[in-house]
Amino acid sequence: MTETKSVVMEREIAHPPEKIWRALTQPHLIAEWLMQNDFKPALGHRFNLRTQAYGDWNGIIDCEVLTIEPNKTLSYTWESGNGPLRVTSVVTWTLTPTPTGTHLRMEQSGFRSDQPQNYAGAKYGWQAFLTKLEDVLAKTE
Amino acid sequence: MTAADQLFSTLGDPTRRAIFERLCRKGEQTVWMLTDHAGVSQPAVSKHLSVLKQSGLVRDRREGRQTHYSADPKGLSPLIDWMSVYTAFWREKFDALEDLLKRMDQ
Repeated sequence: MTETKSVVMEREIAHPPEKIWRALTQPHLIAEWLMQNDFKPALGHRFNLRTQAYGDWNGIIDCEVLTIEPNKTLSYTWESGNGPLRVTSVVTWTLTPTPTGTHLRMEQSGFRSDQPQNYAGAKYGWQAFLTKLEDVLAKTE
Repeated sequence: MTAADQLFSTLGDPTRRAIFERLCRKGEQTVWMLTDHAGVSQPAVSKHLSVLKQSGLVRDRREGRQTHYSADPKGLSPLIDWMSVYTAFWREKFDALEDLLKRMDQ
């Protein structure tokens, strides 16, 4: 079974598309709101987003630029983790000018609800999840 | 009770969670090996193992007079909801992006 799902987030932002585009595509600006990176606005460019390692997760997201249309659309692959924690997805940004700024839409698609083939060798990925679960449980107690 | 509710209540017990984590880390174990580290009696460990088994987190395998227990990663899947994990993640990132856009004006 390979059912894919997506997360969509949309927001009206009081800044013009050109400015948002800079924040989405200039590495030092991306680092300020998303993660450390070696992004380049070039089709097919492979880059990493890096955050703090968490448990057995190395904190690295592998990406490749799929679409780039200045001030309008940007999409890249987003793959990370291992075992049951593995995520393979595509992030797509769409910028639409409005009278007051920009309608910004982000869609992350391709989450698979069931990846049994990835369960083999999965134990390494669990540690991060268990640590996180523990945090959640501690808060609910 | 949903599968997720059952998992939370199963793993909500610290001793049971420790047994499960040990099985994740060490692979297959007998009830005696687990009892050595659990800090509770063997019957108590057996009871925890049976709860873990009911929740699909643990499998058992008989070999002669011994039962070997191992963790089953598939049992965790009801809790891994990437949709909600990433919804929370992106909401936070959108806020950070808006903060940055404000600072870019200055």
